[in-house]
Amino acid sequence: MTGILAASAPRPVTPPLMDVLQVAVLVLVAAGATAVVAARQPVRQVIVLSGYGLLLAILFMVFQAPDVTLSELTVGAVVLPILLLLGLAKVRKKEE
Amino acid sequence: MHIVPFAAVAWILGAGLYGVVTSRHLIHQIVCLIVVQSSTYVLLLGVGYVTGAVAPYFYDVPAHTPAVDPVVQALALTDVVVEAAVTALLLAFAIQAHKRFGTLDPQELAELRG
Amino acid sequence: MTPAARRRAFLIAGAGLVAFYLWGLAGLPGFGHYPGPYGTIINRVAVAQTKATGVVSAVNFEYRGFDTVGEEFILFVAATGVATVLRHLRGERERSAVDEALDRDAPPTSEAVRMVALIFTGPTVVIGWYLASHAQTSPSGGFQGGVVLATAFILIYLAGQFLVFERVSPVDITDAVEAAGAGGFACIGVSAVALGLPYLSNVLPLGRTPGAVDSSGTIALISFFVGVEVAAAFVLIVGELLEQTLLIRQGSR
Repeated sequence: MTGILAASAPRPVTPPLMDVLQVAVLVLVAAGATAVVAARQPVRQVIVLSGYGLLLAILFMVFQAPDVTLSELTVGAVVLPILLLLGLAKVRKKEE
Repeated sequence: MHIVPFAAVAWILGAGLYGVVTSRHLIHQIVCLIVVQSSTYVLLLGVGYVTGAVAPYFYDVPAHTPAVDPVVQALALTDVVVEAAVTALLLAFAIQAHKRFGTLDPQELAELRG
Repeated sequence: MTPAARRRAFLIAGAGLVAFYLWGLAGLPGFGHYPGPYGTIINRVAVAQTKATGVVSAVNFEYRGFDTVGEEFILFVAATGVATVLRHLRGERERSAVDEALDRDAPPTSEAVRMVALIFTGPTVVIGWYLASHAQTSPSGGFQGGVVLATAFILIYLAGQFLVFERVSPVDITDAVEAAGAGGFACIGVSAVALGLPYLSNVLPLGRTPGAVDSSGTIALISFFVGVEVAAAFVLIVGELLEQTLLIRQGSR
């Protein structure tokens, strides 16, 4: 699979452009973390956490770490929200 | 550029800690703990980055291209998956606390005497 | 302590903590100026030594294999812990899943969600399998592949109902699969000891082409076992939490 993609070798990203990209994504990640903490309703917070996981995955990709990106994508955007929503469903059920 | 990622790490840590301390719902507190932990991933990857280097995979680049540090990536990788399992354990504790005490407010739970 | 006083105390202490943290981080060599020797050394020798082109997985399962055993067992213990902590309390009985399904007052799952989840289950399993078995080649590995495989089971729950999820992943079989994964990893290490080498030495043939599927000896095998174990652990955890929504409390508190 990687052999087919390597046939059309991509143009490398020059350092100044990479710097701008990294700073932009870092600012977004910091804003995302603030948004996750500021969302006080748990169900709303889980959705924001899913978006924050995606932002983190983009940050790891820009830091040249594709393995960590793969892990963070699946864990942060799928598995963690599922676990949290199931816990919330269980707790809310009790309150009825 | 020398300190921008580390400033972001410190900000994320501070925001997450603020959420943990001032939270009124156990599950909100667990999510803020996830945010605190994510700051350590950014720190690990920031420490190992080399300017102008590629990812440490030599399948389609020649074997001696400068690459970023692979050891911190290995640490962060297992860290991410293990964090999800530990979060599940914390959630189980929150559910049992709700069953036993009927409340999910950590500031109320602190005053209960078991 | 009132919430306002707590917030004020934290803002002061937190500002101090963050200031010290930043001061410490400013003493590092700066972003991008990586000084350390081990990163460059491993990048230089890993491909020749292990015939694996994915250096991160080589570090995970070969150079740093013992730590990975520990991390995998953290997962194992966490799954066991979830099952233990969520045991039935006195006075709770389990409602049959069929009664629960008939009694739902929430709106039924939309057809769009069910169809999309059904369509994506197959490709997700294939992608998870590919990731778990190609650790030595490209950005893949046991941990990522295992989580993607667990996602496929979650998609089955979303596409159908809890009953289908239970039938597809019964607890006994998932338990056995998880134990086989964790035990398999430990056994590979022990098999190296049986041959007189240190624990977790690479004893299988390393292959000729770096990065081929059959190269790099034990790395590929360990990655496969880790993938199986991680998938089973997450399926167990999700199954436990799903089962909790079936419990009802008898009588009043």
